[in-house]
Amino acid sequence: MTHPIPPAVRLRDAVASRGGRPVLRGVDLTVRPGEVVALLGANGSGKSTTVKAVIGSVPLEQGTLELFGTPYGSFRAWHRIGYVPQRTTAASGVPATVREVVSTGRLAQHRLLPFRRRDRAAVDGALAAVGMLDRAGDGVADLSGGQQQRVLIARALVGTPDLLIMDEPMAGVDAASQQVLADTLRAEVGRGASVLLVLHELGPLEPLIDRAVVLRDGCVAHDGPPVPNTGLHALPGHDHVHPHADLTPPRLLA
Amino acid sequence: MTEMLSYDFMQRALLAAVLVGITAPAVGIYLVQRRQALMGDGMGHVAMTGVGLGFIFQTSPVWMAVLVCVLGAVTMELVRSRGNQRGDIALAMLFYGGMACGKLLVSMSAQAGAGSLESYLWGSILTVAPADLATIAVLGAVVIAVTVGLRRQLFAICQDEDFARVTGVPVRTLNLLLAVMAAVTVTVAMRVVGLLLVSALMVVPVVAAQQLTRSFAATQAASIALGVVVALAGVTGSYQLNVPSGPAIVLLAIAVFAVFSAIAAPLARRRHRRRDDAGQGPQVCDVRLPGQDPGKSSSDATTPERRAGLAQ
Repeated sequence: MTHPIPPAVRLRDAVASRGGRPVLRGVDLTVRPGEVVALLGANGSGKSTTVKAVIGSVPLEQGTLELFGTPYGSFRAWHRIGYVPQRTTAASGVPATVREVVSTGRLAQHRLLPFRRRDRAAVDGALAAVGMLDRAGDGVADLSGGQQQRVLIARALVGTPDLLIMDEPMAGVDAASQQVLADTLRAEVGRGASVLLVLHELGPLEPLIDRAVVLRDGCVAHDGPPVPNTGLHALPGHDHVHPHADLTPPRLLA
Repeated sequence: MTEMLSYDFMQRALLAAVLVGITAPAVGIYLVQRRQALMGDGMGHVAMTGVGLGFIFQTSPVWMAVLVCVLGAVTMELVRSRGNQRGDIALAMLFYGGMACGKLLVSMSAQAGAGSLESYLWGSILTVAPADLATIAVLGAVVIAVTVGLRRQLFAICQDEDFARVTGVPVRTLNLLLAVMAAVTVTVAMRVVGLLLVSALMVVPVVAAQQLTRSFAATQAASIALGVVVALAGVTGSYQLNVPSGPAIVLLAIAVFAVFSAIAAPLARRRHRRRDDAGQGPQVCDVRLPGQDPGKSSSDATTPERRAGLAQ
């Protein structure tokens, strides 16, 4: 392990609100080097807000945030973080190719300098990792939902990050893309990257996850190994623990 | 044609048209990308207050408009970035207030007379003075340097602001810079197409170009080329037919948009056919399901709305 000792993420006692409504009420979250942490919870429990607080797009009203041992205010090593936002669509008001979208993931490396050959090689590598290299020249708007998600994952991987943050990567993703995503994540973990995943259900990624943090009403309700107890059965996706006749188990891909 | 080019005022008009034809789409593409196509329209309204102030204080209306428009643009950007639920109401107040204030100030000024505000509302490219041309050239050069030089950064913040923040790009600074560039463009284009039609020159070449393009880089290049062509053709046409230049340019741009939209669908079909010929899947579905309309199934039809992971 070439990782330094401090945790990739250390969020302590985080309090945040959105639109005047308190959403986080004292959340502690630590992601240690090489660890895969799943953030679980019902809709509105504060999962996405916690992630947005970690990347700094939702300001903390109280509490502290350290990234790789550096307080958020003085953190500059953004090239160490790869972020996959909760996806609505990868397209915008103007057409853009898959390659153009993925290239924005190299901004932390080339900054104001021109895009160079090694940046281009990194984009090719990330696209190959998610099986989208043959679509590099296509418009993102022409892709299916699952393919767009793969493009957004490639965009996060293109800087070979030490910490990968993914917000609901499995939502609205077809089976083929779920498989690609699980394989990609396994490769990233094998490389030694830390991963923070927001998930609605553990699902096919379960074997990869070291620790689960369950949020309820903006507070941490569980922090430990992803054993399916401590209230997790209240979440969808745990039908394999509590099988009911009317529920078909989800396809296990991992 | 040569007769037209022998006049000084026509030379200046054509030069101004080229500059505006380049700058307006160069900035407009980012507004369209962020689905803020009507932002330029709002800035045009706000700029009217600047023109009014110029009349009152007997200074250059162009520089006053630049000042007021930049302030308005920064205000709009701050309202937008705070994601305020009532942001659209705040913007509406700014737009209407700017327009009403402009008319009021002009009517109070000493120069008030028929057509004084008119030339700023609809443009009067034939009266571009050498000093105006210098202003347009300097401001235009700045706008082009920023919008083309920072293309990757601006593309990133307009494509996905949260992601851009995580790449360490100074999102807030760039957003403000883009707003200021849009404001400057509005005032630069004011003399050519007029405040009421400024937004059209920022938006229409971009949406016309993107009927035929698939990449952002190609869209940007094509929309700038298109902007220059319609601006030059519009000014030439307005000289030959003795009609105002602003409306001529805008109607020409809309005509190009109409033509491009009409040929977009057949072109896309041809492109897909070429790819299918290259061996990317069969032309038609070869699996027939009982009771299913053939031709409606697809191997990968997941839409963002459909949650395949939860499918039974």
